[in-house]
Amino acid sequence: MATVPAEYALGLAAVLFALGLTGVLVRRNMVYVLMSIEVMLNAAGMAFIAAGYRWAEPDGQVMFVFILSLAAAEVSVALAVIFRFFHRTGTLDVDKASSLKG
Amino acid sequence: MILVWAVVIPLLGGLAAWLSGRLGSAFPRWVSLSALALDLVLLLTLLDGGPAGSRWLAEIRIEWIPVIGAGIHLAADGLSLALALLTAFLGMAAVAASWSGIRERTGFFHLCLMSVIAGVMGAFLSLDLLLFYVFWELMLVPMFFMVAVWGREGRYRAALRFFIFTQAGSLLMLASILGLYFVHGTETGRYSFDYADLLGTPMGLATEFWLMLGFLAAFAVKLPAIPFHTWLPEAHSEAPTGGSVVLAGLLLKTGAYGMIRFLFPLFPDAAATIAPVVHVLAVVGIIYGAVLALGQTDLKRLIAYTSISHMGFVLLGIFAWEGLALNGALVLMVCHGASTGALFIIAGAVEERTHTLDIGRMGGFWSSAPKMGGAALFFALASLGLPGLGNFIGEFLVLLGSFRVNAAAAVFAALGLIASAVYSLWIIQKVFHGPAPPEAGIADIGGREAATLASMAAVLLWLGLFPGPFFERTGIGTAASMPTGSEIEREAVTGVAGRIGREKSGRPPGLARHGAGEGPEEMRGRQQGK
Amino acid sequence: MKEFLWLIPALPLAGSILLAALGRSIPARVSAAIGGGTVGLSALAVLAAGVDFMSAPPPEGFHVQGLWTWVDLGWFRAGAALRLDALSLTMAAVVTFTAFLILVYSAEFMEGDEGYSRFFAYMDLFVAAMLVLVLADDLLFLYLGWEGVGLCSYLLIGFWYREANNGYAARKAFIMTRAGDTAFVIGIILLAASFGTLDITAVMEGAASEWQGGRLAAAAALLVLAGALGKSAQAPLQTWLPDAMAGPTPVSALIHAATMVAAGVYIIARTHVLFALAPWVMDLVAALGAATLLISAFSALVQHDLKRSLAYSTMGQVGFMFLALGVGSWQAAIFHFMTHAFFKALLFLSAGAVIISLGGEHDMRRMGGLRSRLPLAFWTFLAGAASLSALPLVTAGYYSKDLILEGALAGGGTLLWGAGIIGAFVTALYAFRMVFLVFFGEAGADVKRRTGLKAALPLVALSALSLLAGFFGVPSFLEAVLPASQAAPPVGHRWAGILSSLVPLLGAAAACLLYLGKRGIVERLAGSGPGAVLHRFLGSGWGFDWLYERLFVRPYQLAARAGRADIIDAPYAGAVRLAERLNGLLVKTQSGQVRRYAAGMALGALLALGAMVFI
Repeated sequence: MATVPAEYALGLAAVLFALGLTGVLVRRNMVYVLMSIEVMLNAAGMAFIAAGYRWAEPDGQVMFVFILSLAAAEVSVALAVIFRFFHRTGTLDVDKASSLKG
Repeated sequence: MILVWAVVIPLLGGLAAWLSGRLGSAFPRWVSLSALALDLVLLLTLLDGGPAGSRWLAEIRIEWIPVIGAGIHLAADGLSLALALLTAFLGMAAVAASWSGIRERTGFFHLCLMSVIAGVMGAFLSLDLLLFYVFWELMLVPMFFMVAVWGREGRYRAALRFFIFTQAGSLLMLASILGLYFVHGTETGRYSFDYADLLGTPMGLATEFWLMLGFLAAFAVKLPAIPFHTWLPEAHSEAPTGGSVVLAGLLLKTGAYGMIRFLFPLFPDAAATIAPVVHVLAVVGIIYGAVLALGQTDLKRLIAYTSISHMGFVLLGIFAWEGLALNGALVLMVCHGASTGALFIIAGAVEERTHTLDIGRMGGFWSSAPKMGGAALFFALASLGLPGLGNFIGEFLVLLGSFRVNAAAAVFAALGLIASAVYSLWIIQKVFHGPAPPEAGIADIGGREAATLASMAAVLLWLGLFPGPFFERTGIGTAASMPTGSEIEREAVTGVAGRIGREKSGRPPGLARHGAGEGPEEMRGRQQGK
Repeated sequence: MKEFLWLIPALPLAGSILLAALGRSIPARVSAAIGGGTVGLSALAVLAAGVDFMSAPPPEGFHVQGLWTWVDLGWFRAGAALRLDALSLTMAAVVTFTAFLILVYSAEFMEGDEGYSRFFAYMDLFVAAMLVLVLADDLLFLYLGWEGVGLCSYLLIGFWYREANNGYAARKAFIMTRAGDTAFVIGIILLAASFGTLDITAVMEGAASEWQGGRLAAAAALLVLAGALGKSAQAPLQTWLPDAMAGPTPVSALIHAATMVAAGVYIIARTHVLFALAPWVMDLVAALGAATLLISAFSALVQHDLKRSLAYSTMGQVGFMFLALGVGSWQAAIFHFMTHAFFKALLFLSAGAVIISLGGEHDMRRMGGLRSRLPLAFWTFLAGAASLSALPLVTAGYYSKDLILEGALAGGGTLLWGAGIIGAFVTALYAFRMVFLVFFGEAGADVKRRTGLKAALPLVALSALSLLAGFFGVPSFLEAVLPASQAAPPVGHRWAGILSSLVPLLGAAAACLLYLGKRGIVERLAGSGPGAVLHRFLGSGWGFDWLYERLFVRPYQLAARAGRADIIDAPYAGAVRLAERLNGLLVKTQSGQVRRYAAGMALGALLALGAMVFI
């Protein structure tokens, strides 16, 4: 089977990360921001997979599982916070969550 | 051991006052008053003289933090004893002044007051630089609370300015203390904060200069010296009366004391270099304070500016570093504490009765309160330097001593005498003279106020007419030039200061000392050439 | 006898303290008794000292009684000591006797005033301070008395404190004399720094032996002169005296006529050694004396207020004394001081009798024709005016003024003598102007009160002294302390002497012409254009007040008001504002916007990564 250069996978991870970051910075709906964060997390995971593939080590896969569980926990907490926020203010606009300003 | 008690009794008294405040708001006053009276009596026992052969009237050294070379080293010579006695005395006056003015949280107030007294006392008595710094800081925070909690309308801002100004100076002093500590340690291999060890530390002029500036910063802000004085008018006018008495009477003197005890002996050459500049600042302060005093409409603020003017004289006397000028500065410190403290007490009494300090709304109080008017007149005359009262002796000796060192500065400083007449009589005119007010007028001073004011008047009369015993016990060295640290040690002896000046030369002063045709210009040239 | 010298100032001081403590609780009669009695006892003590002094003169010509060591520190020593020599004895005698007579007079004058005992307390304090001044043997102790009399002058000018104007006049007097006093203090410091002591004998000896060069002596003499100018109300520090008339009349009589204003004369006489070492300073003294004499004489001529006219008169007569001092006629100056004390006190007291009798009327234009209704006041005032004008032979003023003019011609030259002659002429002119305006002519205000015995006796006593004191032989008495002038009388001095004797008569005659009867010439002069301007100019004391107001008072007040907010605070306030602005800027980063925070984090991470990779 033809080996895929690890650089391509890293490149894909980078593109995915950038897309995710853009989504965090640009989108105003909290749920979409959350989804973008998930994309970023997965991109990071992909980078790890690519590295594991490059060095033929299982550590890359291990890190991905790690990140997955982390992401799951974080998403549940984040969704709970979003629920409370929506309950309080009736909107999902991230820009409205700014009462901690100086 | 007495010295330790001198510092600890106010602290314990403060705690006791705070606790007794739970029982009733009258108790803290009595507790404080008795503690300070006890303190005063204890300190008076030191007047008898100290162990022979020692320059200190009392000294004690206790181990504290030997690892870094810091010990509890307390000592009193004539200078510190005079100021320590003033501390106890004015502390009692402050308690008396706050008798009826402070109504809420009296226990806490007296805790703050006594802590400040303890801090001041410790600052006057400690010879270990770290300990001195601890007491220096101890004076600050309770004073901040006194102004911020029990003061008048602008109290918070005034307290904050006071705190930031003095803290800035103190931090620079801390930097200098640590600098001196390390320089001494690297030069001699012995790391110590002790005053006796640090005297005569070998260091280059540049290092000495920068270290001296740190100390000067702290003391110049406290004194206050122009242009670092702007915290004072607000702090004095917004503080409660007892706070003003302690501020004007004691805290300002700690700056002056620090200059005499630490700044000059530790950094003699650097101090000599900067002295002419400080002379100019002192003279500017004398005149600036006096002129601005006239323009104030708030009575306490007016008195605060007069403080700046008087402390200008003290600063001139200290930086002339001449025997007579130093003694004059000391007398002036004590008398200024008494006279300005008394004026603040009278201002506080007026405020209690009329609920205003705006002199535009006062006038004609002499008819209804002649005793208060008479007292105010007496202290106003002291303030303007009437001969027969202590302030004149102080100012005259400062001018006489500094005339030999910097004649021009002395002549310009003398102009402050004219300006002081202008503002002192202005106070009397606006507050007590003039047409009688249409309402019933104000109540005259009662027994307690009268007793406080009478004791201060007695001090002024005593120092004005018979300062002999005072100089005998507290005279500082009469070295007529700017000697090095070791010379200071030799010459700065209590008690025999005046006689040393004569014994050293072996001839009576006056005619025999100077050659024919020699005038002050020639004398000054010879002095500065060392 | 020298053991009891301390009693002389101590008695009035004790009286003052007693009155200050008990004044409100004792009846008025007792206050007056204590007030006048202590001064009377002091006068007796002076008399006893004088008798003792003259019968058994001490070896060196003076007694010294040391009281206590005031300051003894290092190279400087100042002691409190009293000295009795011919000069201080003369001064003390004049002060105590005049003061006693004035206090007896005040017992009636101040009747009914609610500050009765306060008045006597202040007056006694003044007498005590004045006695310390003239008896002090040490310059610092003298300065204690010097400032003491200044203080009492302030207290007594502003005695009726409810009137704000009185307070203003009192402060003006004090501050103006303080300016002179400050120069005096600098002079004292110069002397102390040079000699290590302020003992008068030691200082004078030291100056004589060491300061031959003259520069330091001139500086010291100039500074002493400045102090003397302030206290004696001479140009340029003279403007406080006319305003000082706001005080009660006995105060004007005692302080601002007889005693305090002569303090300057005394100090120059006492330190004459210094002045003799600096001839140009003496010339200055004479010039200022002559200038003040002329300024005040012409100002007195146009005053409407009786007391103000007398104040300008005092200024002028003290100018005569300064003139004498400046030409080296020390004895003549002190002689004139004595006669002046008597006749000026007399003039003020009888003026006071007139004012009180008319119910408080000061304006001479509203008086007139009182000759028959107030005979005692008339005759005593006339005696005083005659002595002031120095009418020949019968008045004491003649002898002292003649001595001065003689000395001025011999020691100072024709210019100064001429100024003196003109001054004498105008003095006689305004003196008799007052007599004619008040006592002759048409009746003005009505008499409301008669003069009582307590007021009358001092008036009579002072009249006698004003006429007879010329025969007291004071100048020769002072020989031991104040050397006679060495100047030789110039050619033609006999004619000059005759002229100076006739000038007062001429002045009186001119006054008769101008003021007795219709006063037409005077009114036409005052009414004309330039005449009115001149009238205003002279009446305001030659515009000095106007000048000082603009030169000193307004700028000072402006500076005080401008500095109310304290410009030195500007940098600190600026620092506060800078901190606030910086805060304002930085706080914008804390927008609370999550997305901005995220963007910041991303940017930072990028930069850090870049730095790690490339640097």
